[in-house]
Amino acid sequence: MQRILFQLVVLLVLTLSMSPAHAVRPDEMLADPKLELRAREVGAELRCLVCRNQSIEDSEADLAHDLRVLVRERIATGDTNDQAIAFVHARYGDFVLLRPPFQFDTLLLWGGPLIVLLIGGFAAWRFYRGRAELPGPTPLSAEERRRLDAMLEQGSET
Amino acid sequence: MSIASTGEAAPPRRRWIFIVPIAAFVLIAIGFCLGLTINPQILPSALIDEPAPQFDLPPLPGQQHGFSTADLKGHVSLVNTFASWCAPCRMEHPVLNKLAETKQVPIYGIDYKDQGEAGAKWLETLGNPYTKVGADTGRVGIDWGVYGVPETFVIDRNGRIRYKHVGPLSEADIEQKLLPMIARLKQ
Repeated sequence: MQRILFQLVVLLVLTLSMSPAHAVRPDEMLADPKLELRAREVGAELRCLVCRNQSIEDSEADLAHDLRVLVRERIATGDTNDQAIAFVHARYGDFVLLRPPFQFDTLLLWGGPLIVLLIGGFAAWRFYRGRAELPGPTPLSAEERRRLDAMLEQGSET
Repeated sequence: MSIASTGEAAPPRRRWIFIVPIAAFVLIAIGFCLGLTINPQILPSALIDEPAPQFDLPPLPGQQHGFSTADLKGHVSLVNTFASWCAPCRMEHPVLNKLAETKQVPIYGIDYKDQGEAGAKWLETLGNPYTKVGADTGRVGIDWGVYGVPETFVIDRNGRIRYKHVGPLSEADIEQKLLPMIARLKQ
């Protein structure tokens, strides 16, 4: 039992310590690890326009390589992360951002879950309110009770 | 009698409970159907109505002139990105040659990420429709928002980007989209 537990812990540690493979080539990396880390943060926000669903940090595409080099140049010459992202955004538009910006034409995207929640909440409210209005069972009249008692008595006799 | 009355159909004011989900489904289905008509391969350019980027590209090996932003001022023109390693560009090239012969609009070329003399050889063998061609290592392409060659831009006489076509141009694209737009911009 202890042995299985130990093996599970080892497996867990190994799984958690794995990081996703990066496409960054060694010759692209900045010498300063702090700047390189920032360049990776920026790259993780930018979509590779060739493969569409990978960031430029993860993509092997040629354009992604060019953009990684470009981002590293901007970071090395003193751009903040936001400035480096804005530089690429100005050229490639909103689609290059992996995190869609909150603006007029993305209102439905960001507001959608809230709208669904409101509609669902309203429907649930109507449903339960309607249910409370349903009349409960009407009590038996004196006549009905008398007949019921009579039946029960008959039944117990046989 | 009083028991039977509670088992009757829902009162009319609660019909919406049945209608709303169907209406919502129909609306969403219409939205999705419209979405299917969008070609996901074509991204809108972020540079429409923006001035063309600043650049100064060197000539291809063996040629005299490069291509720079200054060339775009004062007249309506096309800017076409191409590369010798790009198969769709080979398909597009005869169409560009034909357009250049009509002398309706100058075509400028950005030779995108070609190695050595490959670009110059390509123009020698297939013909040169370009008024001027510049050799780009990839950086100017990024400034133009290029994500795959061939891409073609329509530039107005003030040097602003007015339209971008992604992928190889067909004769129909030129007849139906580019030439009417160029005629309008020339007015």
